[in-house]
Amino acid sequence: MAILCDESTKLLVQGVGRMGQFHANLSREYGTQVVGGVAPGKGGQVIAEMPIYDTVAEAVKDSGANASVIFVPPPGAADAILEAADAGIALAACVTEGIPAIDMARAKAALKGSEMRLVGPNCPGVVTPEQCRIGIMPAQITRPGPVGVVSRSGTLTYEAVDQLSRLGIGQSTCLGIGGDPIIGTNFIDALTLFEADPETKAVVMIGEIGGSAEEEAAEFIQSEMSKPVAAFIAGQRAPKGKRMGHAGAIIAGGKGAAADKMAALERCGVAVSASPAEIGETLAKHAPGVAG
Amino acid sequence: MNVHEYQAKALFRDYGVSVPEGELATTPAEAAQAARNLGTEVVVVKAQVHAGGRGKGGGVKLAKSPAEAEKAASEILGMTLHTPQTPPEGKLVRRVYVEAGSAIARELYLAILLDRAAEKFAIVASTEGGMEIEVVAAETPEKIQTVLVDPNLGLQDYQARQLAFGLSLEGEQVGRFVTFLRGLFELYLDKDCTQVEINPLVVTEGGELFALDGKLNFDDNALYRHPDIAALRDPDEEDARERAAKEIDLSYVGLDGNIGCMVNGAGLAMATLDMISHCGGSPANFLDAGGGVSEEQVKAAFKLILQDEQVKAILVNIFGGIVRCDLIAQGVVAAAKELDLDVPVVVRLQGTNAPEGLKILEESGLDLIPAETLAEAGTQVVAAAAQAQ
Repeated sequence: MAILCDESTKLLVQGVGRMGQFHANLSREYGTQVVGGVAPGKGGQVIAEMPIYDTVAEAVKDSGANASVIFVPPPGAADAILEAADAGIALAACVTEGIPAIDMARAKAALKGSEMRLVGPNCPGVVTPEQCRIGIMPAQITRPGPVGVVSRSGTLTYEAVDQLSRLGIGQSTCLGIGGDPIIGTNFIDALTLFEADPETKAVVMIGEIGGSAEEEAAEFIQSEMSKPVAAFIAGQRAPKGKRMGHAGAIIAGGKGAAADKMAALERCGVAVSASPAEIGETLAKHAPGVAG
Repeated sequence: MNVHEYQAKALFRDYGVSVPEGELATTPAEAAQAARNLGTEVVVVKAQVHAGGRGKGGGVKLAKSPAEAEKAASEILGMTLHTPQTPPEGKLVRRVYVEAGSAIARELYLAILLDRAAEKFAIVASTEGGMEIEVVAAETPEKIQTVLVDPNLGLQDYQARQLAFGLSLEGEQVGRFVTFLRGLFELYLDKDCTQVEINPLVVTEGGELFALDGKLNFDDNALYRHPDIAALRDPDEEDARERAAKEIDLSYVGLDGNIGCMVNGAGLAMATLDMISHCGGSPANFLDAGGGVSEEQVKAAFKLILQDEQVKAILVNIFGGIVRCDLIAQGVVAAAKELDLDVPVVVRLQGTNAPEGLKILEESGLDLIPAETLAEAGTQVVAAAAQAQ
């Protein structure tokens, strides 16, 4: 089961530059069905062992692809997302960092009513351990099991997954939703999927400063979720008004601070780890059934 | 990216957003000449720095003659301005903007920004101009009105009218407001702004509308398609270390502690600062070396960290996904040798090629402290910094 992707997923790679090729190879080595790449003007070639198509529509028709990972550089990334949706792709994970906010606002508005689920942009992608790797995560640190992981950050996702794996706690699916102000799949979307997935028994949620997505997720967890959730919020030590790497990570006008988010989560019954080194242990204590 | 008030107002003029007449001056004599050119009874001499609350710090003065404008400019130019929004050391004033005074009847507030939760553009207006909008929001939220604009439909006239009537504008003022807001919204979209704020938007006794102050923030990610906006950058207004980092594609934010940090990924970089604080230490910086960091960038990052004389220890925390730990290790070793490193360095490498990376560190013969987990890394670097201090 898991969520979003599994061994039946047929993955397309949009943008087959150095990054796209490198990760297409890693995904294939992990056992993912990588069925093709899209590079306008290079249709008919074979790059990194992938048949290349000029358009996503053609690739879907010919290869049966149902998922796509997008590495297209920022100026063309929003266009690539819309092309995937138009071609009937069911799941697109956009890795691209640095898409202008207005482009993304327009693309997201245009996706309303579309069947496609977008993950990201500016995200590490999705891994269902031992089944499917979409994006750039180091899948070797994951192991199959009952914990869903959802995070706004890339490398901090790896940190959380690593802590779980070291404690012998496996993951159903690991999902990075991205650090940008406007993203396709938010915490509530991911939590909804994990709640409905019979294989997921508990969830780790990694948030960060900026915006109010964590506060909204906290309320959702309290009212809609039966499964235990543990959380960590990055940026407790961040100064106000400074952009901390992610375009979305900025404490503005006294809102979006880590302390407020942690308090909101705790109020809603989430086990919050104050230390980034104790994410795994916090989950293990909060959901004692999942260990081993 | 931020710009100065005088630059924002030049852009406002380009988009038909009315502003008072004004001229830039870098000397008191230029300020006097500007006042003569404007020819109004009163002019306002305003310090040009990237910070709000300038009036409170003595950075805005009224002048009733060219001589008074010259005197005001001589007081403001060269001063170190302290306002609630400047860094602790204040900001040196290098330019003043001399602006025609207006006979103000009302002060309003108007802003455009991206509402992340609604995923639409929000236009925020208030009758309480001249006050901080956060204070208005906390004390009299009923005085704030917001309309949400669909990103693909854009601003509709009825939305602009709704705000105009909500602000109790009347007669010809309504049409002027619609024109004003249309221009402002066009500027917001055309130039990829992240925020436009006009506080105050004044209604003069004659019923004219003017942007008396103007703040524009631009999306750094979109600067590639706006060379005209990128050219408005004022390096003097930026932290020198942050500027140096930007030039080598690193994301750096200076802090006030003594532990230098080099991390890959923004989330892990923030968590590393949290870890150091949690262990009782104090970080000197946030540094995200990014996903595709090279040996050269590692070296450059070390140089940047060491420019801060406060730094007594360094923590390298890499969780390799895209990044290969062996390449990072080579960079660390090269940097340590080249820079004659004399502060302790704790290195934690995890993920892709971590064993190879650790081997390179071990064989280097350098005094690098390896750590396996985040907790270990935090404890060790805090202890090392305490010892060095």
